[in-house]
Amino acid sequence: MRIGIVCPYTWDVPGGVQAHIRDLAEALIEDGHHVSVISPAAENASLPPYVTSAGRAVPVPFNGSVARLSFGFLSANRVRRWVREGGFDVLHVHEPAIPSLGLLACWVARGPIVATFHASYENSRSLSVTASVLMSALEKITGRIAVSDAARKTLVEFMGGDAVLIPNGVTVSRYTEGEPLPGWDGGEVIGFLGRMDEPRKGLPVLLEAFTLLAAERPGLRLLIAGPGDAKEVLEKVPAAFHDRVGLLGMVSEEDKVRAYHTVDVFCAPNLGGESFGIVLTEAMSAGAAILASDIPAFRKVLGEGQAGALFTTGDASSLAREAAALLDDPVRRAKLSDEARQAVWKYDWSTVARDVLRVYETVAASTAGVEEDDTP
Amino acid sequence: MTTTLILVVGVIVVLTAVYISWRAGRLDRLHIRLELARESLDAALVRRTAVCLELAGSRLLDPATSLVLAAAAHEARTAGPEEREHAESDLSRTLRAVVDQERFHDRLADTRTGPDLLEELGAAVAKVLYSRRFYNNAVGVTRTAQRRWLARTLRLAGHTEYPDFFEIDDAPPQALAAE
Repeated sequence: MRIGIVCPYTWDVPGGVQAHIRDLAEALIEDGHHVSVISPAAENASLPPYVTSAGRAVPVPFNGSVARLSFGFLSANRVRRWVREGGFDVLHVHEPAIPSLGLLACWVARGPIVATFHASYENSRSLSVTASVLMSALEKITGRIAVSDAARKTLVEFMGGDAVLIPNGVTVSRYTEGEPLPGWDGGEVIGFLGRMDEPRKGLPVLLEAFTLLAAERPGLRLLIAGPGDAKEVLEKVPAAFHDRVGLLGMVSEEDKVRAYHTVDVFCAPNLGGESFGIVLTEAMSAGAAILASDIPAFRKVLGEGQAGALFTTGDASSLAREAAALLDDPVRRAKLSDEARQAVWKYDWSTVARDVLRVYETVAASTAGVEEDDTP
Repeated sequence: MTTTLILVVGVIVVLTAVYISWRAGRLDRLHIRLELARESLDAALVRRTAVCLELAGSRLLDPATSLVLAAAAHEARTAGPEEREHAESDLSRTLRAVVDQERFHDRLADTRTGPDLLEELGAAVAKVLYSRRFYNNAVGVTRTAQRRWLARTLRLAGHTEYPDFFEIDDAPPQALAAE
């Protein structure tokens, strides 16, 4: 099959959607399909051969945080040309309700279009208000996929209709082995991975909990990997504990794997909005002992606490209490780790790509493929 | 002797009363000016939001740009008093990202309704800038007047609240900025 995939976010910035598309594309290529991805990218970014750049994305405030998005006539024209020259059997857009390339692709193409919805919103007033703007472009989507129940619920609530549920994949084998990072042995380490400056990722809750714990546990250290302003993070921790907070900044894929193998407890303190938590399945593949906020998506992935401990979302004292209990109980950590390694297999990309391909075949069966839509 | 004293005291009392009433009158005028400035700032912000929503719904833009703009305008329109400055600043940033796209201006200028909307948007953006300056000037003067010893001691401001500056990022898009 000739498959065109549209990525809404900058390719060379790490993120759940980008990683999803990369792994899906590679699993499909592995399976013998022709795949082309179009994505926003920095001018000097080195892209894999299957990715076409749609130019730089622009930072704008959207949905409560600043997002880098690709919009405007120039971007639309680049997508149009890519569609015209691609000759795809099926077009697969991601996050078409986000004002970026996915939405533009729905606008400029017609034919079998599959869309994957990643995000879920508790309260998306702007989505419902702007639904009319979206509608004419989104009506062209033939098959809809949601990556989680939460994402599906959002979709049904704001756009009606239904979607098939195909959870996010993880390339389990990429994470199973890893050397702990140097300089972190001895003592206890709690780890966090994700953007430091995005409130929804919940880092402030973890920092507050760490401050509570650090006084009682002199051997405890905090490992934070992800882009953001280091000063802003350290401001939230008393100066006495600064040397026990390790800020790695943005890390390479390889160091990310090693980070999962370094920590004693991996913490995902997200406040919501996270539809799936790709970091959770990565940490599970690495066999980390996980402590996550009890948002619905995380409860589900962690089997209601079987494959990772849960704490009350947004509650630093609950986090501190659960973390202390885990750090004191190596037997329970080992058990959670084993359970996580088992549970994560159902999210492996080999399983997921097969399901996605079935969706492609369903929508592409009776059509002549994707073409440019030149009606205004 | 006593008559002169009474006369002098009387003159002082009258002069003080005249002075106090003059100060109170001035404060009152400042409060009225502040209120008017606030109203005109509100009107300018509402008008800017309305133009943004109209542009977003105009089908002159690609759907992604429409959505970015509509979402920001909607946030600004529905923000409570606490989040208002934040939401209006976000709308300014969004407008810059939207209007300063390459060839945005030319593209809209080529359409039937585009030039009018651009004109209206330019006016709305400028009026937010102006009315906010004027409002903040009024706040500054009123605050100084309210803080004066006499005004505080005699509570000349009555129940009027100590006014707050309205601080937002209102830098206009380059394509709309006045030279």
